[in-house]
Amino acid sequence: MTPPDSVVMTSIDDVLKWGRSNSLWPLTFGLACCAIEMMATGAADYDLERFGCGVFRSTPRQADLMIVAGTVTLKMASRIRTLYEQMPEPKWVISMGSCSNKGGPYWAQGYHVLKGVDRVVPVDVYVPGCPPRPETLLEAVINLQKKIKVQQASLGALGLLRRRA
Amino acid sequence: MNFDEVFEKLKAKFPGGVLERADTKPDPFIKVAPAEIRDILLYLRDELKFETIANLGGIDYPQLPALCVFYHPASYTHTLVVALKAYLPREEMPKIPSVADIYKAADWLERETYDMFGIEFVGHPDPRRILMPEDWVGYPLRKDFVTPDYYNGMPVPLYFDDPQGKPK
Repeated sequence: MTPPDSVVMTSIDDVLKWGRSNSLWPLTFGLACCAIEMMATGAADYDLERFGCGVFRSTPRQADLMIVAGTVTLKMASRIRTLYEQMPEPKWVISMGSCSNKGGPYWAQGYHVLKGVDRVVPVDVYVPGCPPRPETLLEAVINLQKKIKVQQASLGALGLLRRRA
Repeated sequence: MNFDEVFEKLKAKFPGGVLERADTKPDPFIKVAPAEIRDILLYLRDELKFETIANLGGIDYPQLPALCVFYHPASYTHTLVVALKAYLPREEMPKIPSVADIYKAADWLERETYDMFGIEFVGHPDPRRILMPEDWVGYPLRKDFVTPDYYNGMPVPLYFDDPQGKPK
C-alpha cells in the first residue's frame, strides 16, 4: 500500500540542476601557490567534500569543474584551453586568486603571464585573494552551486549556455 | 683557504685567463677571460677541491655595454664560494664555452641563461630553452627586451590599449 503523500512532484530541470550542483567534480589542476590552498580546502580541516565537490579527478574527461589555481603563464595558457575543451559539457570554471583573475603581481611587468585566465576560457566565479583562504574558495563553490541552480539545466546539457567558444 | 689564496693561485696558474679582481662589497669577484673559463673551472674542481657549482647565470650591463656570465664554484672542503665573472660583447648571440660536462649542475643553469639572455654555450649537450616556450622570440631579461603585444593570438599586456601596461 502506498501512502498518498509519498509522491514528489518536480521537473526534470530541477532534478538535473540539483544533481549537478551537488556533485561537482573538479579537475586536479594546480598551477602555483594557490594550489596549496586548494589542497587545504580539499583536506580534512575545511573538507570540500561536504559540498559534494571533493572528488578531484585526474583527467579532464571525468571532470566538470576547473579550478584555475595559480599563475597562468603564456606557455600554460594554450594547455589550459586544451584541457578545458577536453572536459565534457556542462562545465564550469573557477578562477582562483589574483594571478588568474587579472595577472596578480605580474600585472605590469610580467612578460610571461596571461593577464587573466578569462582571456582563454570563460570564467564563472572569480575568487579574490593572494592566495585566497580555503573559506573563500568554499564560498566560491557555494556561489557556483547557486549559479548552477538558476541556469537552465536542459539547455546546459546541450552546450547552449556557454557564453563563447 | 680563502678568496685571496684562490685568487693568487689562479693568477699564478692562468696569467692570461685571470684578468683582475674586483673588491666589491659584500663579496669580491674575479674577472676572467671567457675563452679560458673551462681550464679555470677544471683547475678549481680538480686541484683546489671546488666540488660543485652553486650558481651560474647572466647579467646584462647596457651601460658598459656587456653581457656577463657569472660562476659560483663552491667547495665543501674549504666551505667557500668564489665568484667568477666573464664579460662578453653585448650582441645578438655571444658565445662562451659550456661547462656542463665539468659541473653537471651547470646544465640547466646554462639553459636558463641562454633562455633569458641569449648567450650561446658552445658544446652544451642540450641547448634548448628551458622556461620560455620554444617559439618565444627574444630574451626577456635583457634590459632592452620589449614585451610583445600578442603571443600565439593571446594579448599579453594588461591594458590592451596601452602596450606598456601602465595604469590609466
